[in-house]
Amino acid sequence: MKEKPVFEEDLRKLQKIVDELSSGKLTLGESLKRYEEGVKIAQACSSTLGEAQRKVELLMKKDGKFSLEKFDDTDEGEEA
Amino acid sequence: MQKNKLEQYGPASNSRSHKLKGYGSVSGEREAGHVYTVSEITQKIKTLLEEKVGEVWVEGEISNFNSGPNGHFYFSLKDQSCIIKAAMFFYANRGLKFKLENGLKVLCFGKVNVYGPHGQYQIVVERVELKGIGAQQLAFEQLKKKLAQEGLFDQAHKRPLPLMPFSVGIVTSAKGAAVRDILQILKKGAPCVDALIRSVRVQGEYAAGEICSAIEELNSFGGVDLIIVSRGGGSSEDLWSFNEEAVARAVYGSRIPVISAVGHQINTTLSDLAADIFVETPSAAAKIIVDRKNALLSEIADWKHSLDFSMKNAINGLGADLIALKHALKSPADRLLEKQQFLDELLAGLNYNIRHSLELAKERSSSLIQRLGVLSPLAVLSRGYSLSMIIPKEEILKESSQLKAGDRLKTVLHRGSFTSIVQEVFRDEGKTGI
Repeated sequence: MKEKPVFEEDLRKLQKIVDELSSGKLTLGESLKRYEEGVKIAQACSSTLGEAQRKVELLMKKDGKFSLEKFDDTDEGEEA
Repeated sequence: MQKNKLEQYGPASNSRSHKLKGYGSVSGEREAGHVYTVSEITQKIKTLLEEKVGEVWVEGEISNFNSGPNGHFYFSLKDQSCIIKAAMFFYANRGLKFKLENGLKVLCFGKVNVYGPHGQYQIVVERVELKGIGAQQLAFEQLKKKLAQEGLFDQAHKRPLPLMPFSVGIVTSAKGAAVRDILQILKKGAPCVDALIRSVRVQGEYAAGEICSAIEELNSFGGVDLIIVSRGGGSSEDLWSFNEEAVARAVYGSRIPVISAVGHQINTTLSDLAADIFVETPSAAAKIIVDRKNALLSEIADWKHSLDFSMKNAINGLGADLIALKHALKSPADRLLEKQQFLDELLAGLNYNIRHSLELAKERSSSLIQRLGVLSPLAVLSRGYSLSMIIPKEEILKESSQLKAGDRLKTVLHRGSFTSIVQEVFRDEGKTGI
């Protein structure tokens, strides 16, 4: 399971960095630091969204207990 | 009107004639002295009515509706001129899909009976069917109105979808087309999204209950960002479970935001109305997630550009500052060259000035020389004058007092000169007349 709170926090951070940097009020040293941080976060967020490993599961409940079963969603022989 | 009234009166007079017949036999034998008690006659009427009239379909409009504390319904059926009391007991009315209300045009099936304690006849209704609008439709409208009044459909209660739902709970039949559609689109467009399917029946009498518990279970299971409640298209009867009050309430009550995607375009279910977002098809629900992912990606790309731009701006700005400072900061060599140039300029000016003043001086001196020429004593000599001076002092002689006898003189003529010795000096002779 992905860490949604981290992702959302990252996006907020990124937005803040963009705002700070575009304000033009930072020193060159600060700018470089923020820029580096921002680029790193942007890449991390993009790659999270670009990830192609997904799980498809069936949620089962027996005697009040949850269990997960693999759900086969391969379609029309598109994938083996 | 009159005719109508007569017609309406018909059955009544008819039933009166029944009574009369019965009574007739009594009155005919009044001598026999049989007198009914109220209960007896009521019982007789009851038997007559219930046997002779019995089960009937009656069409009319509901009025004076009220429901008793035990869940029994009491109302009247009326038309333009007559009215008949009706009762629908709990056992019969609990299966009703819609609410009875005043003004409703209905067909009632029931048994005419007599309620002794009130001396009234009434129809005990077993079934009610709607005239005009369909029963289901009415039930739907009534429930919709009720839930709307409770605020289940209020925009204010709609929750925003999560920024990016990475885990989607799907409430639908695992065997249905809806789940296939959703998974296909997610797989192609947003493969970063996990799907957690809670399979339920989506039609039939157990469907509503299963849908409700599935929503609750996905809520309590944890980690689910968004729930899609879905079913493929079908007749409005097929989709009916999604119009049930319990389902609408479960959708409304979910702590996790819910997208309702039931049926196709034309059907709007109560589940749709209670959901945070509703879309027309299962595919459209999945597309919302894909769109969100793509929007986020392009937003992140924009931000990345903005970062690059700001950074470039910052660096360019500093570069410009640097150039300005460089300009301000001159090297000593530059300074020296500058001074040299200045010096060269001064020298050039000086040369010119000197030449100029020399020329001026030359001009002046030649005019002076000219004038000098005019004034030269030598010029006078040419006219016969001579110049004498004492030797060896070479003092030019102007007066005789400068002389004494025996002095040697040098005299300059226009051409040549000579010396002589003074013989005698004459004083005070004034101007000589020579």
